[in-house]
Amino acid sequence: MSRPASTEVGQAGGPGNRRDPLTRAAVDVGAVRHRPPVSQWLPTVLLTIALLGLVVYAANNPRFEWDVVAKYFFAPQILQGLALTIALGVLCTAIGIVIGTLVAIMRSADFAPLRWFAMAYTGFFRAIPPLVQLLFWYNLAYLQPFIRIELPWLGTIFDARTNDIVTPLLAAVIGLSLHEGAYQSEIMRAGFLSVPAGQREAARALGLGAATIFFRVTLPQALVAIIPPTGSNLVGTMKAISLVSVLGLTDLLHSAEIIYGQTYEVVPLLIVVCAWYVIVVSLLQFVQGHVESYVQRGLRLTTNSGRTIAKKRRKEGSK
Amino acid sequence: MNPVLELHHVSKHFGDIRAVDDVSFSVERGEVVALVGPSGSGKSTLVRCIQQLEAIDGGSIFLDGELLGYRDHGDRLTPLRPREVARQRRAVGMVFQQFHLFPHRTALQNITEAPRRLGLWSREEAAEKAFELLDKFGLRDRSGNYPSELSGGQQQRVAIARALALSPTMLMLDEPTSALDPASVAGVVRVVRELADEGTTMLVVTHQIDFAQRVASRFIRMGEGRLVAQGPIAELEETEADRAAPAEVEA
Repeated sequence: MSRPASTEVGQAGGPGNRRDPLTRAAVDVGAVRHRPPVSQWLPTVLLTIALLGLVVYAANNPRFEWDVVAKYFFAPQILQGLALTIALGVLCTAIGIVIGTLVAIMRSADFAPLRWFAMAYTGFFRAIPPLVQLLFWYNLAYLQPFIRIELPWLGTIFDARTNDIVTPLLAAVIGLSLHEGAYQSEIMRAGFLSVPAGQREAARALGLGAATIFFRVTLPQALVAIIPPTGSNLVGTMKAISLVSVLGLTDLLHSAEIIYGQTYEVVPLLIVVCAWYVIVVSLLQFVQGHVESYVQRGLRLTTNSGRTIAKKRRKEGSK
Repeated sequence: MNPVLELHHVSKHFGDIRAVDDVSFSVERGEVVALVGPSGSGKSTLVRCIQQLEAIDGGSIFLDGELLGYRDHGDRLTPLRPREVARQRRAVGMVFQQFHLFPHRTALQNITEAPRRLGLWSREEAAEKAFELLDKFGLRDRSGNYPSELSGGQQQRVAIARALALSPTMLMLDEPTSALDPASVAGVVRVVRELADEGTTMLVVTHQIDFAQRVASRFIRMGEGRLVAQGPIAELEETEADRAAPAEVEA
């Protein structure tokens, strides 16, 4: 087949883009100013207008009662509720991470029945809504009015009424931790699977023990995949903490509810709650970003793009 | 003389496939043996069995006269505990085709990790000895770099240094140059050649006949899981299968 003769169709930009050979060297594209495309600046302008409109609306509508928002923002009851929400969120996530790690390790066991236990745990506790679990643990005394621990020869070493031990707080911690543990186990499992098998083999070939391999080789690399979903999980837990109001615990939301139950300033107090949630979650996101870049050390410089090289040169230059 | 490594009728099956089938040979101290053969002939499986990354299904392996993987009670054998298997693995240094350096540790930390964790080196000793190894392999100024910042050849030399840090009885290299670009191969070959000259006992798995001829004193050829030929390196000849093989391992 013969090549088609040169036509206008085959030339980039058409005939108007051609230039005399003698003047070609004078062309310099560096002088061109690049503007963002209309498909990007137009939505930006529209969104900015919409946002400004919302702010003006909220500022001019007296029903937002911003003075009430300001009055309760640092109110002791609100701050105590906030403290309980943060403490419970962090505690349940921490316990969930421990449970999740153990369950994920069980999932990778050679002995199949141990794997089945891990799968059953995740399946069961992921299926039950956390609210139902809270109510269930709170009503544990119905099934088991007394908790006794008896040992042979030593006799009874522990005896108490269930309702004295399983306080609303403990019921909340148990219920939410078991729920978190189920989710976290899947996150940990995905993280462990993300580490290439060759890494564990290399460590075994060096004669390292199973615990050393886990803590020094597998876990540090798995964290790259574990941290982002764990951060989301922690945020989810923070919000799930608002469920504990059914047990009468005064978390952030319930503290606000108690106040507006007396003053009827419902909307301003809900704004206080939203604002605190946004602040706490933003802080978590900020911390998460730093943790992420720490665990990614050595693992991110795999590309040789100009951007990566420029970053590296800057780093070396600053040393 | 007591051989460093002895294999007696070693077999390894994966289902119906006999990856290693009744293989017997020994390696003397200071000897460098090239293990050659086409892809799928069982070379890699065999070194993985020696390092106890795979359990063998029959026969026995002895390192320095010690039975690997089992305790010998005279009339019966019982599997060794993980701690003892780990101790035996330390006596064999292993280098992988894909290096498998720890990406979250610097070149220096990759070398010091095992000796530090096993309590063999103090902190000061670790830095000093690791530097010595890096220096020897021309990587002194690379000690603080992460593996992703090193070329393939540099990574493989760090991997060899890491395997040598535990002063193993012998070194096994599984296709150490197959994943490298031609320019990097030379550096790794030079390092292996140097180790051979120093009297390091080595078992080198390779497709590359010229590499085998440069470093080894003896060869063992495998085919379909069996040992099909062995002899002094001068008698090693390239076959059709050897030339065809490298393309297959690209993936």
